[in-house]
Amino acid sequence: MRLDPIELGSFWMPKQSSTIAQEIDTAWYIVYWLDVVMFVGLMVPLAYFMYRYKRRTAKDKVSDVTHSTTLEITWTIIPSIMVIGLFFVGLSGWMKAMVAPGNALEIRTTAEMYMWTFTYPNGNVSVNELVVPKGQPVKLIMSSKDVLHSFFVPEFRVKQDVVPGTYTTVWFEATENRDTILFCTEYCGVGHSDMMARVRVMEKADYDTWQETGLMPGEKPLPPAELGKKLYATRSCNTCHSLDGSRIQGPTFKGVFGRTEQIADGTSVKVDENYIRESLLEPNKKVVSGYPAVMPTYKGLLKETDIDALIAYLKTVQ
Amino acid sequence: MANTATVDELGHSPEVRGKNYLNQTAGVWSWLTTVDHKRIGIMYLVSVLVGFGLGGIFALLVRLELLTAKKTIMDASQYNQAFTLHGAAMVFLFIIPSIPASLGNFFLPLMIGAKDVAFPRLNLLSLYLYWIGAIFMLAAIVTGGVDTGWTFYVPYASGVSTTSVISATFGVFVMGFSSILTGLNFIVTLHKLRAPGMSWYRMPLFLWSLYATSIIQVLATPVLGITLLLLIFERAFHIGIFDPTLGGDPVLFQHFFWFYSHPAVYIMILPGMGVATEILATNSQRRVFGYKAIAFSSVAIALVSFLVWGHHMFVSGQSELSSAIFSFLTFFVAIPSGVKMFNWLGTLWGGSIRFTVPMLYGIAFLFLFGIGGLTGLFLGMLSVDLHLHDTYFVVAHFHYVMMGSTAIAFFGGLHHWWPKMTGKMYDEKLARVGFALTFIGFNWTFFTQFILGTRGMPRRYYNYLDQYQPLHAFSTYGSWVLGLGFLITFICLARSLKTGAPAPANPWDSATLEWQTQSPPITENFEKAPIVTLDAYERPAEETA
Repeated sequence: MRLDPIELGSFWMPKQSSTIAQEIDTAWYIVYWLDVVMFVGLMVPLAYFMYRYKRRTAKDKVSDVTHSTTLEITWTIIPSIMVIGLFFVGLSGWMKAMVAPGNALEIRTTAEMYMWTFTYPNGNVSVNELVVPKGQPVKLIMSSKDVLHSFFVPEFRVKQDVVPGTYTTVWFEATENRDTILFCTEYCGVGHSDMMARVRVMEKADYDTWQETGLMPGEKPLPPAELGKKLYATRSCNTCHSLDGSRIQGPTFKGVFGRTEQIADGTSVKVDENYIRESLLEPNKKVVSGYPAVMPTYKGLLKETDIDALIAYLKTVQ
Repeated sequence: MANTATVDELGHSPEVRGKNYLNQTAGVWSWLTTVDHKRIGIMYLVSVLVGFGLGGIFALLVRLELLTAKKTIMDASQYNQAFTLHGAAMVFLFIIPSIPASLGNFFLPLMIGAKDVAFPRLNLLSLYLYWIGAIFMLAAIVTGGVDTGWTFYVPYASGVSTTSVISATFGVFVMGFSSILTGLNFIVTLHKLRAPGMSWYRMPLFLWSLYATSIIQVLATPVLGITLLLLIFERAFHIGIFDPTLGGDPVLFQHFFWFYSHPAVYIMILPGMGVATEILATNSQRRVFGYKAIAFSSVAIALVSFLVWGHHMFVSGQSELSSAIFSFLTFFVAIPSGVKMFNWLGTLWGGSIRFTVPMLYGIAFLFLFGIGGLTGLFLGMLSVDLHLHDTYFVVAHFHYVMMGSTAIAFFGGLHHWWPKMTGKMYDEKLARVGFALTFIGFNWTFFTQFILGTRGMPRRYYNYLDQYQPLHAFSTYGSWVLGLGFLITFICLARSLKTGAPAPANPWDSATLEWQTQSPPITENFEKAPIVTLDAYERPAEETA
């Protein structure tokens, strides 16, 4: 997958592309400058003492002051006040990040080794690509199919583990009309570092169009056969069906249209528009003899236009 | 003058002259069956250094792989094993036993004027348990490796990984007992075997830090043992404690794991703080400023350490209320840590500072622990942690604490006590070169990772986005300097064993008790049981005049 790089907003941080990013960055800079001041406040005396009290002779007079209760109390109380302040700064931004607005668009998110699947309210599904409208709160209801994963979009400053057996949620409101990157940040195995996805942020109208037609902004409808070719790759047909006649999990697509196949129950069928349609929606009804009945149904996952496109494409595979 | 004291001036009788714990008896068997805390300490020292070398090789391999954004020298599953073994070796084979079991074992009895620890045989058993545990871990490496990360998170570790998880976790389980027994031994020794006049407040502060560490070892390690045993049962018999498909809860594992492993962070850092205190006191030639504040801050850190484990889990799915409480409590670790820092500076103030090799490590400790501690504040803040959690910022932060502070203090302590342990002086010039390269290489490698982390680079990534490549490469170059620094340090110390000048009893003119016997000490430590009449770090009147 080609991904655009994460753009930097400053030396330290990526661009702020969500509504809560600014508050989190402000908190970051507060503790950053506090740390810089405290570190300098520690290192300057250290350097000065190293210079000032460097041993001159073996008989140097050394201080016999062994403690100071006043100092001890001072350097206990002042840092205590500072860190309690930091706690509240952190708490404030975090509460906003934890509570999604009531009008948030809910997207069901499933993580598994090693891909992200997003199911939108109307049943549309996208894999390794999260499409969200700009300027609207989006809440992800997440769960994992196998091990722990974690949802992290650096430009949004949000992160939440995705846990099997339970739902976790994360919300954000994107502010920039551009693509960014989603990482898995909980180690999940050999493909962990490839478990990235594109986050596509677009205007609300474009998002609605995409939901309805599958067309990205600026995209023209593809001719059916070309759309079918794209679907063949993006919907993972290619993991089981080859184009070159070789056997993978399922029958090859080479010359499939018009072929007569032996079915497991002893009958035979000629591959036509209706058989392809049926095999997509009810794949285990007529399984070709000699192949395992493992294909999942695409019912609800492919639109009518998609099915037409796949049929058109298969006609071209010779 | 103490720094030229000879055996005669220490009042040793002619019978013990020329004898020490190293040459008292000879042969491998005499070492393997010894109950002398000094010999056990030396065997631990060699063992943890081997562990450090092993972890270090994996570290260099990990950094080398990350030189380029895609494959450099190994494939993804080898990389996952390399970072897992780096972490597991460094944590369990090196850093947890490092200071307490090697330097602590050797010097705790000497510093309180005792002949040995309270239970010498138990001490030897603890070493054997460490070795047995280490063998299981090494067996895991050769029988399929481990690729779960040193944290063994479920359900990956319990059900998915096909590597030798059981062997590795069982090794850690066994080593846990070694840690518990050492802690128990130290607690009893400090309570019962202090020399006449050695009150609690006259103990060197290193011992307060070991006391606090021992409390954590005894109280927290059993929880790790139980957790790992449950993990092993889950993996072997599918009992359903952690795996949701068996009715378990993966977040529960994280609670159990961090209930030990967060306090374990203080098992790692507290002894380092103690060593740094000894080095700073000796080389400032004055009594430690704020003795009680440093002593009690160790105990305070030990207590607070049990209440903050949830800060590893802000984004794990634990309840929001828990996260808020854990964040609040976490900030209170900063207070005793800050108190120590201020008092160390107070100890330098008005002193007579010598820049010996150990002192360089001591000052580096203040610098690196300053960065390591202060960057912890970012991660304690709930909102900021949302962005930084599980990125290279965390990696940089804990390396500044674990390696920049504890390992640097350990090597400082090694240089500080080397003459006492081995009876040899090392080449100071070469040791300074080793130190300088280590210090520069360390900052070069790990400061870079703060920048990677804030820019969003996740941890434990084999492939990464091209945009992070220049910083990753820069960090890798630093790791070579760092590796070279350690190599020179090892050569320097190893060479001293052959060619080093004989060490006087008290080469640094230190005021603590372990220097009041010959180098290396006799098996009984002191020929006559010492009677303590001075406060901690106090010098006899004629000397301070």
